[in-house]
Formats: sequence, structure tokens, C-alpha cells
Amino acid sequence: MTALLSVNDLSVRFGGVRAVDGVSFDVEQGEVFTLIGPNGAGKTTVFNLISRLYTPSAGRIVFAGAPLLDRAPHEIAGLGIARTFQNIELFENATVLQNLLIGRHTHRRTGLASELFFTAKARAAEVAAREAVERVIELLELQHHRDAVVASLPYGARKVVELARALCTEPKLILLDEPSSGLNVEESDDMAFWIDDMRRELGITVLMVEHDMTLVSKVSDRVLAMNHGQMLALGSPAEVQRHPGVVEAYLGEPA
Amino acid sequence: MRFLFKTSYLQDIRLVKHGGQAFWYGALVLALLAAPWLASEYWLAQLTFVLIYGVVGLGLMLLSGFTGLFSLGHAAFLGVGAYTEAVLAGAGWPFPASFAAAALVAAATGVVVGLPALRVRGIYLAIATLAFAFIVVEVFARWESVTGGNAGKQVQALRAFGWRADADVPFYFVCLAVAMLATLAILNLLRSPTGRAFVAIRDSEVSAQSLGIHLARTKTLSFAISAALAGLGGALYAHKLKFLSPDQFDILQSIDLLLMIVIGGIGSVHGAFLGAIFLITMPQAIAIAKDVLPPALGQAPGLQGTVYGLVLIGFVLFEPLGLYGRWLKLRTYLQIFPFYRRGMFRRQKSFLKSDRLR
Repeated sequence: MTALLSVNDLSVRFGGVRAVDGVSFDVEQGEVFTLIGPNGAGKTTVFNLISRLYTPSAGRIVFAGAPLLDRAPHEIAGLGIARTFQNIELFENATVLQNLLIGRHTHRRTGLASELFFTAKARAAEVAAREAVERVIELLELQHHRDAVVASLPYGARKVVELARALCTEPKLILLDEPSSGLNVEESDDMAFWIDDMRRELGITVLMVEHDMTLVSKVSDRVLAMNHGQMLALGSPAEVQRHPGVVEAYLGEPA
Repeated sequence: MRFLFKTSYLQDIRLVKHGGQAFWYGALVLALLAAPWLASEYWLAQLTFVLIYGVVGLGLMLLSGFTGLFSLGHAAFLGVGAYTEAVLAGAGWPFPASFAAAALVAAATGVVVGLPALRVRGIYLAIATLAFAFIVVEVFARWESVTGGNAGKQVQALRAFGWRADADVPFYFVCLAVAMLATLAILNLLRSPTGRAFVAIRDSEVSAQSLGIHLARTKTLSFAISAALAGLGGALYAHKLKFLSPDQFDILQSIDLLLMIVIGGIGSVHGAFLGAIFLITMPQAIAIAKDVLPPALGQAPGLQGTVYGLVLIGFVLFEPLGLYGRWLKLRTYLQIFPFYRRGMFRRQKSFLKSDRLR
């Protein structure tokens, strides 16, 4: 197997805080790789470094054989990396359908002129985008929310819409920031099912941050535990859960 | 109540969604085409102003309502378009050429103003555009060789290849054509990737960027299109008033424009025109009311400003979606009579509420 994403000795400092400190890991093509760790461990910061919202102080990120840090933040989606956010970042005042169509932005083929006049080409592009979006809607069973405004949707549905929007970009790698936070048991089960589906049917590699260890053990191939920006343990979910450093990070030192 | 059974994606893409819309918008177009023969000269002039302000409003609506960038200096773009048209028409350019130039010069100005917009947002952007507008008005006043300064500038009648639109009726049709084409272009843009990118930036910049939208380029584009529409409106405005002076494009004009889209209904294309109707008819309504009101109230200075302020406060408090939002509620009430209930349009506070636990 080849590494799709390779993070090498990554560090970022905000003032005196070392949010991420010398983190290295490889995500293999087709696996589900999970970052765990207590609050403030630097998991989301790693995500923000990969999606180029932050620039690292040191280290390298290589995606599909090319250095990622040479790219601007808006180019990341075009390379095939999609993401969701911890505190859902949807386009609140647009419908679900519009949100998903925005997810097709990297696939646009029309210029401003053909859009202003809505030429036959623009029309065909719209239909093609809609067809792609409908496949995702069907996969994630969002049919009955299609024309709803996001602001009127319940939290669980918004989570799914955000996942759908990320899938609409047709990514190679998807970054899921706490996909099951705020979901009930049943919705969380659905999420596990979809993560599995994404990998098996769509061949998407998944990198996620997650606290729910049931979900983590169910879907992850490998887990990286972090604390205070540093790597604690890397291995299978069971191995990492048994690791004394991880137990200590969560529960404190044994008395 | 109408039920739409959709059998093709084109039904969602089409601008006219069903027969009812085709009928009513068709009727509106026919009425507008027949207006010169139906309306008196006075009301035709008012209607012309509504169309001109509607075009400017469309531009500001695209910028503020759809891209979420507030401009307190939009009158400056109006002025740039107006003076460009006045100067070029004076130099003998035919109308299509000078009109396009007015849009281009205004768009270029928009790009210049758009550059700071990449760094500041919200109230700071509003202040930056306000400062820019002051500079532009100052330029209009001081650049006397071109603009005529504070003494003002006469504008020649609209001319193109031997055809003159100095009478009210031909000029009305020019304005109508421009307004209809501008509306169509904006509607097309809004159902395309570019328009959706604007909406994405309005609602969440961070996720717009993570979906591959180039923030700087898209915001600049929004400024350019918005300014171009203001420039087109300005060119028509110049021909309508036939006289330009810098004080027509001051801060009060900018506030009027913002007031127009807020009252019309922010985030809706209808809102631009509904706001324009409000802005144009309100002074007339106040003038009529002055005769009816007791003299102590009717002759009081500042009546117009007070009424404007009250209306604006009323809308912000009770109808943030403006006249268009009010119309949507009225239409829903009629469509589902007698099943309308209070609070149907109220946003649910559904955060952290799960779908299946309700």
C-alpha cells in the first residue's frame, strides 16, 4: 500500500503554545485513520494544517506524492481533500440542494459570460451537477430534506448535509472533524455505516477526529492518540486503548 | 394551493417554475410595455426612476444581500457611471458605447474598492466604502475641467446613430430594456456556480474556501458586477436628470440605496425593485399626507426623515426580510387559507435537537 497522505514532523506554534509538536503519520490509501486525544490535544489543528487554514512552523505534508504546503487554501478541495467542521459550517440561509451544489464548485466548467447568458453549456453543466448531487442525496438518504433551508434543519440532519457536501466534491481523502458529536445513538450508528460505505463503495480514504470510542473501534483501521500536541501512541484501536500513556492522558496517573 | 410534480431537473433550473408565474410575470411585462399609454406623464417619470433605482438596487443586492459585503458608498459608483456617461455623451459617443464605458469604469472603480474588502469585513468594510465615497465626491467637486465641479454639469440627450431619446417615452423603453436585461443576468448568475459562490461567502467564508472557492477573486468579482450595475443605473440617471452635481452622490444617497434594499428585502431579487418602488413613492405619499395632516405636524421640518427612520426601524424589528418577506407571508396565507398559523416563518431554534427525538 502507498501512503495517500504523509505528515512529516509537523509543528505549529501560536505564540508560546506548541499546538502541534513534531507529529508524523502516514494515511494509507483506502484506510480509516482516526485521531483521538483529550480536549486541546491539537487534533483539529492538524486538520486545519492539512486544509491549509494554518501554516505550520515546521514540517512537511505530502498528498498523493506532491507537497501540500505549496498550495493555497482554496486549491485543496481541487486536489481531492474535502472536510467537515467540528461546529458545522453550512451555508445556513441556502437550501440543502444549494449547499450540495456549492460542493460541486471545483468541478465547474462554465465561465462568467456563459453564466450571465445561461447558455446551453451552462444549462448542461447545471444538469450534470444536479445528477452528481442526486447520487450523494440518494447515498445519504437526504431526499426529504432536499429543498429545506439549512437553518430550519435539526442538528443531526445538518451533520449529514455537511458530510454530503464534502462528498459532492468527489474527494480522494475526507477529513471528518468529530462526525458523531451531538448525534444520538441511532444517528451515530448511521454515521458509522456511512463511513464504512464511503470507504468500500466510493474508495475514499477517511481521516477523522472522534471521541466516541465505540464508533472509533467500529470503523477505524488505525488510531493515533495525541496529547499536548504530541504523539502518544499509534496502532490499532485496541492497542491504542490499552496504551498506558493514553490511559493516563484521559484518566490521570494511577494513584 | 399548487402542487408541483417534478419530473426533470430542468424544472428546478428554469426561471419560470410554473404556469402561474408565467401568467403573472407575463402580465407584469405587458403592463410595463403598455405603461406609456396607461400612465400620466408624471407617473411614467416615476416609473422610469423606479427602473433606474431598481438596476442600482440589483447591484447593491448582489453585493450586500447575496455576498454579504455591506457598502455604505454605493452612490459613488452611481456617480462614476453618471459622470462617465455625461462626459462621453458630451464627446459625441453613441449611447451603447458610452453606456458600456460607464459600466466598465464603474466596475474598475469597484475592483479598486474591492481590494480593501479582502482584508476587512462587516462594519469596517462599510466604513472603508464610506470613506471611499467621500473621496469620490471630492473628486467630482474638484476635477472641474471634466465634471464641472460644484457648478454642475449639463448632460446631453441620449443619442445613438442618429436616433435620439430625449422624449420621455423612448427613454422609458431604454430604461425598461436595461432593467429587464440586468434582472435576467442576475437571475442567471444566481442559478450558476458563481452566484452560489457569492452565497457561500456570505454564509461561511471558511467552508467556502474549503470547497475550492477563491475568496479574493470572488469578492472582487462581486464588487465589480455590483459597481457595474450601479454604473449602468448612473448612466441612465444622468440622462434622466440632465444635470449632475457632486451633492447628488453624497452619503445621503448611499444611505437611501442601502435603505432601499433593506426595506425591499435583503437577499431577494424582488427586493431591489420593491425597495425602489418604496424609495420613489414615499416622498409623494408624504407630500400627499402633508395636506391631510394638521399643519403643526404636516408643516414640521424633517417629516420625511422621521418617516423614513420609523419605517426602517419597523422593518428591522418586525419584518427583517422586508417587503418581499411580507409578500411571501401574505401569499402563503392566501394559498393555504384557512390553515395559516402564526409563527410559520419563525426560525426554529433547533440547535442540538436531534431529528428523531422530537
